[in-house]
Amino acid sequence: MDLSQLTAKQIVSRIKSRELSATEVIKHTLDRIERLDGQVGAFLSVHREQAAARARAIDDRLAAGDDPGPLAGLPVAVKDNICTRGARTTCASHILEHYQPPYDAGVVERLEAAGAVIVGKTNLDEFAMGSTTENSGLGQTRNPWELDHVPGGSSGGSAAAVAARLTSVSLGSDTGGSIRQPAGFCGVCGLKPTYGRVSRYGLVAFGSSLDQIGPFATDVHDIALLLSAIAGHDERDSTSVPPTMAATPDFLAGLDNADIKGLKVGLPKEYYGQAGLDAEVSHAVGEAIEQIKAAGAETVEVSLPHTDYAVACYYLIATAEASSNLARYDGVHYGYRTPSPSDLIDLYSRSRAEAFGDEVKRRIMLGTYVLSAGYYEAYYLKALKVRTLIKRDFERAFGEVDVICSPVSPTPAFRIGETVDDPLAMYLSDIYTISANLAAIPGLSVPCGLSRAGLPIGLQILGRHFDEPTVLRVGAAYQARTDHHRQRPPIASA
Amino acid sequence: MAELTQEQVRHVAKLARLNLSDEQARLFARQLDGILDYVEKLNQLDTADVEPTAHAAPLRNVFREDVARPGIGSEHVLANAPDAEPPFFRVPKVLDLGDSGA
Repeated sequence: MDLSQLTAKQIVSRIKSRELSATEVIKHTLDRIERLDGQVGAFLSVHREQAAARARAIDDRLAAGDDPGPLAGLPVAVKDNICTRGARTTCASHILEHYQPPYDAGVVERLEAAGAVIVGKTNLDEFAMGSTTENSGLGQTRNPWELDHVPGGSSGGSAAAVAARLTSVSLGSDTGGSIRQPAGFCGVCGLKPTYGRVSRYGLVAFGSSLDQIGPFATDVHDIALLLSAIAGHDERDSTSVPPTMAATPDFLAGLDNADIKGLKVGLPKEYYGQAGLDAEVSHAVGEAIEQIKAAGAETVEVSLPHTDYAVACYYLIATAEASSNLARYDGVHYGYRTPSPSDLIDLYSRSRAEAFGDEVKRRIMLGTYVLSAGYYEAYYLKALKVRTLIKRDFERAFGEVDVICSPVSPTPAFRIGETVDDPLAMYLSDIYTISANLAAIPGLSVPCGLSRAGLPIGLQILGRHFDEPTVLRVGAAYQARTDHHRQRPPIASA
Repeated sequence: MAELTQEQVRHVAKLARLNLSDEQARLFARQLDGILDYVEKLNQLDTADVEPTAHAAPLRNVFREDVARPGIGSEHVLANAPDAEPPFFRVPKVLDLGDSGA
């Protein structure tokens, strides 16, 4: 049996029924990573001994008649900006290259309490800043569909691991599209939950008002399975919503025989009118929307009038927050320290200069500038006001429709090296994903076809705050009628 | 909007505690200038009567009871330190050295 073709749901079911052992599943996963990851570069570290030990412990508990949890024995890959106690968490940066957190992130605790087995940490753009994983300071991840193309970013490693079927599921983080866009580029599913749905405790902060952790998987059912395990209030993250404000629903309910009859799907006219939107992407997304209509939904044109201001708004807020969040990397408490500083300020300035990559420096510089005296009102405060306008655009649209559908990205994946010299062009490619982070709404990316060159195209489904159930239901209804999500690159069958 | 000068770039780098080479200062001045030009478009919008949104979730002032709890312990705190002399982090002398004083 080729275990790499099983979904997470199938794996946990077969482990629970003792048809498979956790030990053999983990061994299979580790062997596969060893055999194939040299070509893909998804992983920065693999937890061989710990994963094997955990698998044995799970098998022991199953043999004793215990229930180790709803994800018992499931191999999971985790983005390397999420803290795993005692195991390197590098954020793909030289400044944290040897850092071992003294604690587990909230989501890691939840995964392990559910019986999942973390098999390794995946590559990302340094400190989650980027859209191609080319900004990683520790290696290049390749798109499993075309190895000379990027997997997207910043969660490129997590997306590639699932696309190559090294694991069936993984965790990433999304600040401006960093789960949804690599999911689109790699032909897998990816969800950014509503802000506050999943704890950020242990997620290395980039843009604190924008960051969310979320799952990658090969189908919507598995997305719901992972989300169920990681969602929920965490008092250690004061931005995590308490149950009184938003209860955690049963994300798996309503996905089998998903019914979307009468659902209203909004199509933002500003999104489809973008000059940079590739014709093949537009076509594939159009076909996907026809399928969603055939399932009983109704489409409605909506307007998000401040769409063209979203990228500018985002890059002011995100970089401002980043400049503050990355101030802690000072060579004193952890991380890289320059060898012979002349004084304390020199220690800070040299350590940071020697160990941060260019994109990180650029964003720290921009963020520092827009927060500095004399510029704060003109830039940062202005951006916060525009954020209100963008939030209101969605509130108005969701008064008319239940979900909004769009492309995930204007184009399929780029070649490695194609965009490295033009940061602004890179930022503009985030046009479809970025507003969801500003407005704090959930967004799901599902595969909806391949370009003529064989590169995946992603459909994005956005929903109201805390309405992941409707978003997931639309995704499930779409996947019941189509098989784009079952397509896999040749390496996945290797 | 004035062009970003290298002097401004160096000032911002100092605020951000980032040493920059001359080449980097030139490159960043050019790239940041391009980005700042782009974000000028926000001035097309009238936001005089708009409240800022610092974060879009409906939470305000989340507190916990003011009760002391154990921390993670100094052994863990110092475990990743580049230069530690328990229970301290060791750094270069912090003296008043004129213009390089923090």
